[in-house]
Amino acid sequence: MNLRPDPTFHATPKLAMEAPAETLAFTLMLSPDGSQPDGLAVVDVDPKSKSYGQIVHQVIMPNTGDEFHHFGWNACSSALSPLTGHAFLERRYLIIPGIRSSRIYIIDVKEPLEAKIHKIIEPEEVFAKTGYSRPHTIHCGPEGIYVSTLGGGGEDGTDGPPGMFIMDCETFDILGRYEMDRGVQDKQYDFWWNLPRNYMVSSEWGLPPQYENGIVPEDLLANKYGHSIHFWDLRARKNIQTIDLGENHQMALEIRPAHDPAKEYGFCGVVVDTQTLEGSIWTWWRKEDGTFDAKKTATIPPQPAAADDLPPLLKGFEAVPPLVTDIDLSLDDKYLYVACWGTGEMRQYDVTDPMNPTLAGKVELGGVVADTKHPNGGDFAFGPQMVEISRDGKRVYWTNSLYSSWDDQFYPGDEGGQMVMAHVGKDGGLTLDPDFYIDFPKGYRAHQIRLEGGDCSTDSFCYPSV
Amino acid sequence: MEDANTATALWGAVVASGIYHGVNPGMGWPLAVSAALMERGTGALYKALLALAAGHLLAMAVVLFPFSLMVTLVEWQYQLRVGAALLVIGLGVYLLINRRHPRFLARVPPSRLALWSFLAAMAHGAGLMLVPIYLGICATAEQDMGHAAAASLMAGDAGRAVGVAVVHTLAMAGSGGAVAMGVYHWLGLTFLKKSWFNLDTVWAVSLIVVGGVALALPH
Repeated sequence: MNLRPDPTFHATPKLAMEAPAETLAFTLMLSPDGSQPDGLAVVDVDPKSKSYGQIVHQVIMPNTGDEFHHFGWNACSSALSPLTGHAFLERRYLIIPGIRSSRIYIIDVKEPLEAKIHKIIEPEEVFAKTGYSRPHTIHCGPEGIYVSTLGGGGEDGTDGPPGMFIMDCETFDILGRYEMDRGVQDKQYDFWWNLPRNYMVSSEWGLPPQYENGIVPEDLLANKYGHSIHFWDLRARKNIQTIDLGENHQMALEIRPAHDPAKEYGFCGVVVDTQTLEGSIWTWWRKEDGTFDAKKTATIPPQPAAADDLPPLLKGFEAVPPLVTDIDLSLDDKYLYVACWGTGEMRQYDVTDPMNPTLAGKVELGGVVADTKHPNGGDFAFGPQMVEISRDGKRVYWTNSLYSSWDDQFYPGDEGGQMVMAHVGKDGGLTLDPDFYIDFPKGYRAHQIRLEGGDCSTDSFCYPSV
Repeated sequence: MEDANTATALWGAVVASGIYHGVNPGMGWPLAVSAALMERGTGALYKALLALAAGHLLAMAVVLFPFSLMVTLVEWQYQLRVGAALLVIGLGVYLLINRRHPRFLARVPPSRLALWSFLAAMAHGAGLMLVPIYLGICATAEQDMGHAAAASLMAGDAGRAVGVAVVHTLAMAGSGGAVAMGVYHWLGLTFLKKSWFNLDTVWAVSLIVVGGVALALPH
C-alpha cells in the first residue's frame, strides 16, 4: 500500500500518453519443446542507455513445460476508478500464467534488474478453486485480477466450458469463478471492458484438443473454432448478448475497446475466413438502447503462392492466409496495429473513423513465403505476432511466436525468438528501427511484451480524455 | 452559557465531519467529476452529487435513529454514551487491523450512485463517527429542558437526529461538490492523482479519537 497513488496510474489515456516514456520492456521467453524452463526477459529500451536493445536480466522459472503466452499487471490505472475509492495499490507484480501447465507465477519487478519470483500458484489450486484450466489473459479491475482461461475441467480441459476467474490483487489468492450467468458462452480467449459503462466483451479461440497439439485442419474447415463475441454486464457477471460473426469467421481473438471510456466501441481481430482465407477486423459498438452490434470493417486478402513454397498444411490452398493473430490500439484510439502472422506484415490502420479503418502504414518482416529479413540483415523467424505500443504511440514493439505447436505447423523447420521495434511517423507510417533487434537466447521463442509503467493493452482508464 | 458553548462546538463538529467526509475521495466526489466528463456537462455533476448526498444522508439516518430512540432512556444515558463510544473505537481499531477493502462495493454498478454512497458510508463507519457527537448534543439539550414529558423528549431527539444528519450531509455535499467542480472546471484530472492521499489510517484513527473524546468528557 502506498500513501499516494502509484505514479504510473493515470486518470485518462491522454495523461498516460504525456507520462515519461518506457525505459524497460518485459518479454516472455518460451521453450517450445519444454526442454528448458520458460522465463521473463527484462529488455533495455532506453535509447540513452549503454545496454539499449539488450536483455539485461532474466527470471527463469523452476518448472518446465509451462508454455508462457500472455501476462499482465497486478494493478493499473483502473485503481483510480472513482468507485474504488482506494487508489493505493502498487504496480509491482507481473502475473504470468502457463497455458499448458495451468501454473501461475507472480513476479516481483519492483527492482526490475533484480526481478524475482514472489509466489507460485500450482495447477491443482487453479483446478480445485475454479474448475477451469489453462489461464490466459490478465486484467486488473473492480473486483481484483480477472483471468480468462482456455480450458474447462478434466485432463483435456473439456469437462465443462472454459471461463474466467478472479484473484485477490494483494494476496493473489484465487477467489473463484467470475460468471454467474454465462448464457451460451462455451469457449473463451480474450476479454476487456469499459469500466464506467460497466460492460465487458469476451472472445473465443477453441477448446484445448483444438490447439494444444497443433491446429486441427478438419475442425477449421468444419468451422468448429470460436466465431462469436460475448457482451457482459461486468459487475452483475452476466452474459447479456452474444454476437455470432458467422461460422466462417474462425477464431475471434483479441478484443480492443477504445481506451477513452466515453467512446462505446472497440475492435476484434478474426484470424481467418474459411471461405476466402482473408483475415478481418471487426468493429463492435454499443447502440442507444444499450444493446451491441458488430460489423466487419476491414479485410486483408491472402497472397497466392506456389504449393512448393508452402508447408503441408497450406499446400492445397496455393495461398498464404494473412492470419490476423494480434491487434493493438494506440492510447489516442487513432491507430490499430494488425499483425499478419502468415504473410509477414505489421499493418497500421487509421481508425479515427472506427467504422472505416484505412491502411496508413505497413512493415514487411518474416512470413511463410516472403520470409523478409530485418533491415539489419538478421533473420526474423515466423511472422510478426504479439504487438505492443508505447504509451505515447511513437514506438511499436513486436515478437514472432504464435504458439509452440502452431509455429511448427505453419513454419516447419523455422526456429528462433526475435523482438523488434518500429517508429511511427508524425502522420502515420511505420518504419523498422535497424538498430533494435533482439535475438533471444538459443532454444527460446519470444511472446507477449509488457512495457514498464503500462502500455496499450494493459491499462483500463476510468475518465475520458479531455 | 457553558452549555451553549458546548452545543456550538458540537454542531461545529457535525459540520467539520461533513467537510471531512466530503473532501475524502473515498466518499465519492471523483464520481461526480467522472459523471460530468462522461455526460459532457455540469448537469450530470449535480445529479451525481445529489445521488451521493442522498445515499450518505440515508446512511447517517439509519445509524442515528436507533440511538435517538434509546436516548429517551434517561437513566441509561451514561451507559449508552460509553457503549456508543466503545463501538466507534472498536470499529476504528478493526479498520486499523483489517486493511482489506470491502469487496461487495465492487459489485455495485456505476449507475447506482446513491446505493454506492450508502454502502460506502456504512462500510467505513461514517455514520457511527457522528453518534458520540449526536449524543453530546442531546445531553446538552436535555439539561436545558429539565424534566419534560418523555414524548416530547423523544420527538426532540428524533428531530435532532434529522438535524445532525441533514447538516452533516449538506456540509459533505457542499465540500465534496466544491472539490468536484474545482477539478472539473479548473484543476483538471491531474489534481486527482496529486491530491489523493491514503487516508485509511487517518480515518481509522479519527474514529478512535471521536470515541475517546466522548469517553473522556465529563458527565
